[in-house]
Amino acid sequence: MSHRQRLQNFNVLWASASQRNTRRSDAVGYSCSRRLASMSAKPKGTSRQGAEQRVPVGRRVFLGLVGLGAVGIVFGAKVQNVLGNAAGSGLGGLLPFGDHFRIYSIAGTSPVIPRSEYRLEVTGLVDRPRTYTIDDLEAMPRTAFVKDFHCVTGWSVPLVHWEGVRLSEILDDVGPHKGAVALTFESYDGTDTESLTLDQARLPDVIVAYRMLGAPVTTEHGGPVRLYVAPMFGYKSLKWLSAIRVLDQVVPGYWEQNGYPLNGWIDGSTGPTDPALTGEVQ
Amino acid sequence: MTSVVAARPRATVRIVRFDTVQRAAHWANALLFGILMATALPLYFGSIAAAVGRRALVEDVHLWAGIALPVPLLVTILGPWGAQFRRDLRRINVWTRDELIWLKALGRKAPKVVDKFNPGQKLNAIFIGAAIVVMLATGAMLKWFRFFPVDWRTGATFVHDVFAFAIFFVVAGHVLFALAHPESFRSMIRGWVTQAWAARHAPGWLAEEQSKVEPDTEV
Repeated sequence: MSHRQRLQNFNVLWASASQRNTRRSDAVGYSCSRRLASMSAKPKGTSRQGAEQRVPVGRRVFLGLVGLGAVGIVFGAKVQNVLGNAAGSGLGGLLPFGDHFRIYSIAGTSPVIPRSEYRLEVTGLVDRPRTYTIDDLEAMPRTAFVKDFHCVTGWSVPLVHWEGVRLSEILDDVGPHKGAVALTFESYDGTDTESLTLDQARLPDVIVAYRMLGAPVTTEHGGPVRLYVAPMFGYKSLKWLSAIRVLDQVVPGYWEQNGYPLNGWIDGSTGPTDPALTGEVQ
Repeated sequence: MTSVVAARPRATVRIVRFDTVQRAAHWANALLFGILMATALPLYFGSIAAAVGRRALVEDVHLWAGIALPVPLLVTILGPWGAQFRRDLRRINVWTRDELIWLKALGRKAPKVVDKFNPGQKLNAIFIGAAIVVMLATGAMLKWFRFFPVDWRTGATFVHDVFAFAIFFVVAGHVLFALAHPESFRSMIRGWVTQAWAARHAPGWLAEEQSKVEPDTEV
């Protein structure tokens, strides 16, 4: 291909490509040679830039999206409340702004424990060590309330129905020794452990729950029996509760060993703020 | 007229659309997105989580893939090997008036001259770039939550979720378009397209590529 042909190639393609230029009335009558001359005289690309305004849309859209993300971080909690209420609970389970639990299990799989085989062992510094079946727990004074579940990472599920027996009832039943200070909780998953001081454990909204969301606690939510520590973040509410040991010292649990605060008060304070059991529907 | 016949874009002539560095960056990025999206599902949906289990492992994979996410693009943008990539970034950044009209008409008015990338492709790239930044920032807030107030953590969770949903839609669209346009898809594998393809889908770019020959031959 000769130089001249190549130029003409380009010229024809150029003409078909940037119709805007060739449609100009003065371009219609151009002879081939004149067009060639005019094209080679022009610096590359300028004709198109002249005819077409070029706007940095990419940067603006990029920064706009990033800005939207930043606004969402600061105001997302409020937006989520509005959207979550508007969407309702049925749709909410599938949508990002809906209210639903994210299922955390630290062991490989969720342990499946048939109701009939479930046992809760309470031992340690107590007068009357005891092993409870679910029937035993259900025979004890029942506590039910509606309270939010707050995860420490920021998601929460409002107005969850909880039902079970207060931990203080169990403690009264087994009778902790005078030197007892804290409790350690163990899970059927074989990995998770948690801790509460005896004082924390006696708060009225700390329960051993056997019903949740209006039904027996499901396996994925830690059933058949789990802990629910209302004034603290979710990681304190150990799932698949298998044993409670009464000790003379606080032994940090799994999440505390992984850097979570020992006392997971939701309000970030050093003490409880909600001992009056607001929201109780018993 | 012979010149016009000779100029007809040919299916046998190849034009490089993406160089090796760009393709490597694209596929490394795609791999990380794939890992992140696959691990996101059990982290988000309880039913899948129950079936998959091993949350700690899934979480670790998600976290590390997330940390690695900006690496392919940053290495390409900043390295001396990324000249072509940077040129394409500039193309994606600047929009012609026609392309803006396309955007304002929500895709109904096709631009008269399609450059190397059509406005939809440009939007896809811009969104993915922004999504990487947003997901990285909000993801870091969820991982290192102690440094942020609870309200912000909730906001970060919200943003992370919403962007995740958008990413699933955009990536699905991207993949469907790729499958619907095999030659475009193949150019991300082997790097080149035919002249005929370029004339149909990116005539503005083809003209520009052809013009590159001009100065050499003139000297």
